[in-house]
Amino acid sequence: MYTFSNRLKIASFILMAVGAIGIAIGFMSAPSNVAEAKAIVAAHAGGHGDAHATEDHAVSHEATETHDEDHASMTDHAVSSDAHETEAHSEDHSAAHDEHVLHQLQNKPWAALYVAAFFFFMIALGVLAFYAIQRAAQAGWSPLLFRVMEGITAYLVPGGIIVFLILVVSVAHMNHLFVWMDPEVVAHDKLIQGKAGYLNGPFFLVRAAIFLSGWIAYRWYSRKLSLAQDAADDNTNFVKNFRLSAAFLVFYLVTESMMSWDWIMSIDPHWFSTLFGWYIFASMFVSGITVIALVTIYLKSKGLLEQVNDSHIHDLAKFMFGISVFWTYLWFSQFMLIWYSNIPEEVTYYVTRIQDYNLPFFGMLALNFIFPLLLLMNSDFKRVNWFVVMTGIVILAGHYLDIFNAIMPSAVGDQWFIGIPEIGAVLFFAGLFIYTVFNALTKAPITPKRNPFIEESKHFHY
Amino acid sequence: MANKVIQALYNDDDVLMLAVKKVKAAKHHIEEVYCPFPVHGLDKAMGLAPTRLAITAFMYGLVGLAVAITMMNYIMIEDWPQDIGGKPSFSYLENLPAFVPIMFELTVFFAAHLMVITFYMRSRLWPFKKAENPDVRTTDDLFLMEIEIHDNEADLHALLAETGAVEIKVSQK
Repeated sequence: MYTFSNRLKIASFILMAVGAIGIAIGFMSAPSNVAEAKAIVAAHAGGHGDAHATEDHAVSHEATETHDEDHASMTDHAVSSDAHETEAHSEDHSAAHDEHVLHQLQNKPWAALYVAAFFFFMIALGVLAFYAIQRAAQAGWSPLLFRVMEGITAYLVPGGIIVFLILVVSVAHMNHLFVWMDPEVVAHDKLIQGKAGYLNGPFFLVRAAIFLSGWIAYRWYSRKLSLAQDAADDNTNFVKNFRLSAAFLVFYLVTESMMSWDWIMSIDPHWFSTLFGWYIFASMFVSGITVIALVTIYLKSKGLLEQVNDSHIHDLAKFMFGISVFWTYLWFSQFMLIWYSNIPEEVTYYVTRIQDYNLPFFGMLALNFIFPLLLLMNSDFKRVNWFVVMTGIVILAGHYLDIFNAIMPSAVGDQWFIGIPEIGAVLFFAGLFIYTVFNALTKAPITPKRNPFIEESKHFHY
Repeated sequence: MANKVIQALYNDDDVLMLAVKKVKAAKHHIEEVYCPFPVHGLDKAMGLAPTRLAITAFMYGLVGLAVAITMMNYIMIEDWPQDIGGKPSFSYLENLPAFVPIMFELTVFFAAHLMVITFYMRSRLWPFKKAENPDVRTTDDLFLMEIEIHDNEADLHALLAETGAVEIKVSQK
């Protein structure tokens, strides 16, 4: 049995407390009117606005033509307005623009909260998918790690509820994360009107409730069967769990894909990509596997899981390596087709990211692809625990940035910054995640006893 | 070569593995083991040095990548620049996404093919070569362990019989 060490528990509480303060600061420093928003932008622009102004110049011109309201480089309007025709409605336009920046700044603490909430929720969901695959494939190497995975998926409940509450708050118009929820915007937008049958508040929440209850129900029932198998004299619980997991994977693949459209892609309701579901899946899968490896190595360092050997870590590291490459493949497939075809309503997605998010956008590619590729390519390095931990931290940072890049540009435009609200939200959810996961790990023996493959798993060697 | 070798045949891979470990423990040098299929862990049990094929594969991959970059740069940028889909190809870097699939494919192509060729050369295999297989049954259902004899035929025979060999024979090589 694992006991939640006091030091880790206190650390998780401290993370939550510091994080909560950071989140609160984010909400309190958000502007409540246009004047305050202008003051924030002015204070910020003093630092680096000048450097941006010239390069964004030409682009902001064509962007205002094609994609007015959700384009981000418009903040430079004041600077570049002399370059393109200002005409009579300049005053009008500038007021609308100020209003727009105000909304972006008001969105900022919400988006920071949402990115971190989704990121940690996604880790638990990725682990759940990995767990279900191990069950459905009747894998022989992994049963020793089942309790670790079940511990991590325990975060689905608090994490899922928090994400759901953020969505409810959005539907209740307490923030402007999802522009399509604003009837004022929909009234002037033919494209969103066409999607209103799918993108409307009540249906959106019903879908979210179905997804979450399905995932949590599978997690709860599978965990129950897994624990019952420890005390059983036959394999009926194991067989039931196998069937349940296979059925769950079908449900998961459909709902995960729809979840990614709803919760992330719809933030930018004009833009769409058909492989977006897979792309987000790859991100959550690799983050989940990484966290399994990190928790396993932590527990091993505490003298638990002594039957988990280097070959298990090696296999997890192989998955980290392989799924990182898979993620890059999907990222590139999506990017290249849109870049090549250059269709205005599609390509704005990457135009904003390359212009306003250059560092996080290309930085995440280095973190998510080049680092794991080079660090984990060598077979021997996959068995060196500290190496796996180091690469794991890089991968997690990279996939946080991935979600950041997916959500922020449409929510806050070029007003992004990784500052107190963003880091605070990450710390808060990291604390909650650590507390929930390690608390769940104390609830059952850390090694399953009567899994029919447990002997194979104990003797697993590569 | 007038070397005498002793050959022990086994009909199970687990028995073979145990036998290999016993023979190694008795400090005999195992010349070769012939199997109908790959046996996991056999290389470690025999004390073979780890393969360096992976390193060559990595280097071949780099060669492939370099060839792809040079080739695409010459074809698409230097020799005959075109304006494809509003993307004039005057700079390799700006058109990089279009070249990534080719860079990837040639990396894989070079790594895979050159690695296979290296493997054949290293194993001294080429088309129409006569098989070195001492007993055709190792291509069907038997495993064969070959040990060189240095005036210790009786000892080896006893040791191999003890390890569960189904047949033991001595032959000139």
